[in-house]
Amino acid sequence: MAIAKKAVVWGLFAAGGTLTSFIYPALIALFLLIATGNVPAGLQFEQFHTFAVSWLGKACLFIVLFLSLWHAAHRLRVVAHDFGIRKDKLVANTLYTVAAIGTVLAAFYLFSIS
Amino acid sequence: MSRNPYVRPVSTTTWYMRHGRYKVYVLRELTSFLVMFYSFLTLVGLSALAASAERWDAFLASQQGTGMMVFHAVALFYFLFFQTFPWFKLAPKAMPVQVGEKKVPDNTIIIGHYVAWAVLSLFIFWLAGVL
Amino acid sequence: MGTRNIELEVMRYDPEKDKEPWFQTYTVPCLEDWVILDAINYVKDNLDTTLAYRWSCHMMVCGSCGMMVNGEPVLTCKTFVRELPDKVRIEPLENFPIERDLVVVLDDVMQKLHQVQPYIIRKDDPPAEDQEYIQTRGSLAKFKQLTMCINCMCCYAACPQYALNKDFIGPAALALAHRYNRDNRDQGKSDRLDILADHDGVWDCSFVGACSEVCPKHVDPAAAIQQMKVDGAVEFWKQKMGIPGDKS
Repeated sequence: MAIAKKAVVWGLFAAGGTLTSFIYPALIALFLLIATGNVPAGLQFEQFHTFAVSWLGKACLFIVLFLSLWHAAHRLRVVAHDFGIRKDKLVANTLYTVAAIGTVLAAFYLFSIS
Repeated sequence: MSRNPYVRPVSTTTWYMRHGRYKVYVLRELTSFLVMFYSFLTLVGLSALAASAERWDAFLASQQGTGMMVFHAVALFYFLFFQTFPWFKLAPKAMPVQVGEKKVPDNTIIIGHYVAWAVLSLFIFWLAGVL
Repeated sequence: MGTRNIELEVMRYDPEKDKEPWFQTYTVPCLEDWVILDAINYVKDNLDTTLAYRWSCHMMVCGSCGMMVNGEPVLTCKTFVRELPDKVRIEPLENFPIERDLVVVLDDVMQKLHQVQPYIIRKDDPPAEDQEYIQTRGSLAKFKQLTMCINCMCCYAACPQYALNKDFIGPAALALAHRYNRDNRDQGKSDRLDILADHDGVWDCSFVGACSEVCPKHVDPAAAIQQMKVDGAVEFWKQKMGIPGDKS
């Protein structure tokens, strides 16, 4: 049902948007810190690996990646439309496939951290 | 009198150049590229983490450099001013809260978002060992 | 009170003579307290009786005089000349076909306003003596802002999604639907759902927010649409999880 699909997709977009708005500045700031050569203690292999091994850590990382990917995919679909690319079905399928691949990869990597 | 309505053409590719508020909207929406980028960058990091300590250290090393510093700094400001802050500003519109007869003022909700954001960011920094 | 000469660049279009619109310039001596509608009326009365345009109340309640003034959709009876530069460009409302001069064809939005079923819908039909529907001030406060719409259509002129897709139901119609969905006397939410949840309904909106920025009555249609999106998403999950949804 097309109606239902839009509601789900938008829900993911909204949740992802809220999450990224809150979390991404800190995430980007961490990348910035790493870029200066100062890797904080919590991101050294020992610490971060321990975090990623825990189920809580896995859950957090997965949710962040899952929602971010779907948020970006849906939004980029709208961006494409706004820039005159009218093949909505093709654009949507491509972007959501990318998000799905990312989600699967996230699950795979997280699952294999032990 | 015969009707002959004239339809003014709209460019599907450059319509946003017509007004400042449209340009701001487009800049806001383009932050989604950053979200996609950082998601995949994090995925790359995760794959290194899952592989070995050496791969993780190599990933960290690959993320160092002035070029990356500039990129992340610009991305941070762009994201803050065109995603995070606008999102907070629009939040009260999507979730109006009414107590009795009075609507909770938009500013209260917006400030609440800022506070939550600050607390969450500090928590993340603490987790990462920055603090 | 002195006068200031304003140069009005007005879009003209004669459907029987012109292939496309063109601009005609008039110089109007404006008094300090004039609104731009006064300047246009001056043109009609003194300079060019052939100019066609809509206006009525001159007090921001009828919604007739919406036009583009220097690229901004406004009510011309609400836009003061003293806040405008010496050169003012007047065009018919954006995103609508031009009927003649500054008059636009509003058939599309008129049809959309009807489509959302903008009236109280009841599922029951109590006898007359039981037909008192209590509405507290708190209940009214939930949707009162949405009742302020005067159908001026400035929001459609501002909305880029409507510009790109004329099938989009659009801000005023959606705000109107929300006005009834939020009215505690109404039980027609599910009746309106088909239109709203359709792909040309609320989901076509990308929250540009231009509609709310230009609305002369502060209806905030953008907020209304986002609330309907939230309602739609929540309603979907409620149904999936078997929680009884909003029967109204």
